[in-house]
Amino acid sequence: MERTTLDLWVGIFVVAGLAALAMLALKVGNLSTYNMSETYELQAYFSNIGGLKSQASIKSSGVLIGRVAQISLDSKRYEAKVTMMIDKRYQFPKDTFANILTSGLLGEQYIGLIPGGEEEFLKAGDEIKKTQSAVVLEDLIGKFLYSKAEDSK
Amino acid sequence: MSSQALVEIRDVNFAYGSRSILKGVNLTFPKGKVIAIMGGSGCGKTTLLRLIGGALKPSNGYVKVAGQVIHELDHDGLFRMRRRMGMLFQFGALFTDMSVYDNVAFQMREHTDLPEEIIRDLVLMKLNAVGLRGTHHLMPAELSGGMARRVALARTVALDPMLIMYDEPFTGLDPISLSVVGNLIRRLNDALGATSVVVTHDVQESLKIVDYIYFIADGVVVAEGTPAEISTSDKPFVHQFVHGEMDGPVPFHYPSSDYAQDLNLRSSR
Amino acid sequence: MIVVENIRSIGRRIVSTVWRTGYATRFFLLILFYSGVSFRRFHLIIKELFSSGVMSLIIILVAGMFVGMVLGLQGYETLKRYGSESALGSLVALSLVRELGPVLAALLFASRAGSAMTAEIGLMKATEQISAMEMMAINPIARVVAPRFWAGVISMPLLSALFSAMGIFGGYVVGVVLIGVDQGSFWSQMQAAVDFKYDILNGMIKSVVFGVAVTAIALFEGYDAPPTAEGVSGATTRTVVESSLAVLFLDFILTAFMFQGG
Repeated sequence: MERTTLDLWVGIFVVAGLAALAMLALKVGNLSTYNMSETYELQAYFSNIGGLKSQASIKSSGVLIGRVAQISLDSKRYEAKVTMMIDKRYQFPKDTFANILTSGLLGEQYIGLIPGGEEEFLKAGDEIKKTQSAVVLEDLIGKFLYSKAEDSK
Repeated sequence: MSSQALVEIRDVNFAYGSRSILKGVNLTFPKGKVIAIMGGSGCGKTTLLRLIGGALKPSNGYVKVAGQVIHELDHDGLFRMRRRMGMLFQFGALFTDMSVYDNVAFQMREHTDLPEEIIRDLVLMKLNAVGLRGTHHLMPAELSGGMARRVALARTVALDPMLIMYDEPFTGLDPISLSVVGNLIRRLNDALGATSVVVTHDVQESLKIVDYIYFIADGVVVAEGTPAEISTSDKPFVHQFVHGEMDGPVPFHYPSSDYAQDLNLRSSR
Repeated sequence: MIVVENIRSIGRRIVSTVWRTGYATRFFLLILFYSGVSFRRFHLIIKELFSSGVMSLIIILVAGMFVGMVLGLQGYETLKRYGSESALGSLVALSLVRELGPVLAALLFASRAGSAMTAEIGLMKATEQISAMEMMAINPIARVVAPRFWAGVISMPLLSALFSAMGIFGGYVVGVVLIGVDQGSFWSQMQAAVDFKYDILNGMIKSVVFGVAVTAIALFEGYDAPPTAEGVSGATTRTVVESSLAVLFLDFILTAFMFQGG
C-alpha cells in the first residue's frame, strides 16, 4: 500500500540527515581526533596567556595530546590559571615545561609541552611549575625599538 | 411529547457580540423524525446547529439533547455526547488529504478499537448505503459535488449516531444529486432509527422528505407545521418563502432613502 | 480629530497584538499538552515528516550545494590575499556549521514547508474540516496540529545538517577540485578549526530552536486564519515574513549566548 513507500522516503530522509550529521561530526569536526576517552587534569600558571582560548589544543612535539578546559585569573597570584585535559595515554615528567606558542605568525595560540628529565610523572591535578608566557607582539616590537635606540647611542 | 423528544430547545437567545441572532427560540425534535429548519440566509439556522453540537453557548435558555443540557456538560461529557451525533457540513468537509475509505473509517479508527477487517466491512457497508462502494480508493478531489456529499453522508453516519444534523445539504447540487441526497437523508434516518435535523432553504425538496418544518425569521420561530400544513399555509411569510416570490414580508429592497431623491429627480410641483 | 482617531487606532492595534500574543501562547501550550497523542500514534508524525521533511529535501540540497560553492569562491579570493588559502576548509565549514546551515535551512524551510502548513490548515478551516473534526469529538490540535509541529521540529536539524554537509561538499568541489587548493590541508584545517561540541552541537541546537519557531508560527497562522481565500493567502504571507524575522532574531540571541568569547 501507499504507506510503505511513504515510510521508505521518510526513512531515506532520516538516514540521510543522520549520515550528514555523522559526517559533520567525524569528517568536518574534531570528534575523531577528540576521541580522548580518558583524560586527566593538569594546571599551569602563566603571567600572560595572550590570545589563548579554552578548547585550544595542547601539543607535544607537534602531536595533539589534549585541550585547554578552563582559563581563569587566580586572584591571589594575579596570574592566569589554565586547566588542561591531557590524554591518559601520555605521561609527562614532573619538570615538564609549558609554553604558549603561536602556530605560524598570526595563527591560533596553543600550549606546547616540552618534557624534562625527571623520573617521576605528573599526576592528575598536579601543577606544571615551569611555564613560559605568550609572546606578545607589542612587547617584542617595544623591546626591539628600545634596543635599537640603545645601540644607536 | 417531552418523553419522546430527543432534542429540546427552550427560550434560547444568542448573540454574536452585540448582534442578536436568536431571540427566544423554542423547538422540539421528536425521536425518529426528520425535521427541517428553514429561513432566509443569515437568520441563525446554522447557529442553531452549532448550539446543539455544543460549539456555542446560548446566552439564555438551554438546549437539551437526550435529557442532558448541552452547555452544562464538561469537556469529556460534551465529547461523549458528540460521538452520538453526526453532522454533515455544507460542502461535505471531507478530509482532503485522505481517501474516501479513510474518510469514512476515520471515526471508527479514532473512537473504537475495532480490528481493521471489521472496519473494512463497516466502511464498505456505509459506502454501499450511499451507493458509492466503488469509490473507496478515490481521493475527495476526484469526486463530483454530489458524490462528495454522499461520501460525507456515509462518514456522518459511520458510528450510527442518534442525532444527525445537516447544514444546507442541498447547496450547489444538480436536481438529480439533490433528490438522491434528499432520499438518502430520509432512508438513513429510518434505517438507523435516528433523528435528523435538516437546515436548508430548499423548500420543495424538504417538503417531500421531512415530517415537520420550523420557519425562523428575525431570530424567532414564525411558523411551524407538517409539510401539508406548510404548503397550504396562508401566512404571508411562509407563502412568500414556499413560492419564492420576490417581494412580500421579506422586502426586495434593502432599506434606503427615497429612490427619486437619490437620483436627484426634483418633482416639478 | 484625526489625531485622536490615529491614537485610538494605535491603541486598538496594541491591544489586539497583546491579545493575539496571548492566544498564540495558549495555542503553543495546547500543542505541547496534546503531543502525547501524536507520539503514541507515530504514523501521523511520519506522514507529516514526509510532507515537511522529504518534500524540502531537494531545495535544501541544491541550495546548500550552491551556498557552499559561493563560499568556496569568495573565501578563496579573500584568503589568497593573505596567502592562507589552506584555511579555506575551515572558513567554509565554520560559516556553514555555525551560521549559514541552520539559518538558511530554516529560512528555506519556512518558505517551503511553513507556508504549505499554513495554507493546508487554513484551507482545512475554510472548508470546515476542522469544525467537522470537532463535531466528531476529535481534538484537531491533537490530530492535525501536534503531528505537524513535531514533524517540523524533527526535520529541521536533519535538514540543517544536510545543508551544511552539502555546502561543505560544494566548497570542496570549488576549492579543491576546480581551484586546486591542497586536499589534505583543506580537510585538516577544517578538522582543526571545527569543534564538535562548540560548533556542531551549537549549530544543531540553533536549528532545533528555529524548527520550533517556524512550525509554531506556521501552524498558528493557519489555525488563526480567517476562513476565506484572502484570509488564507494573507496568513501564508505572514507565516513567511514572521518566521523569517523570528529566525534571524533568534539567531542573533543564540549566537550572543553561544559564541561569546571563550
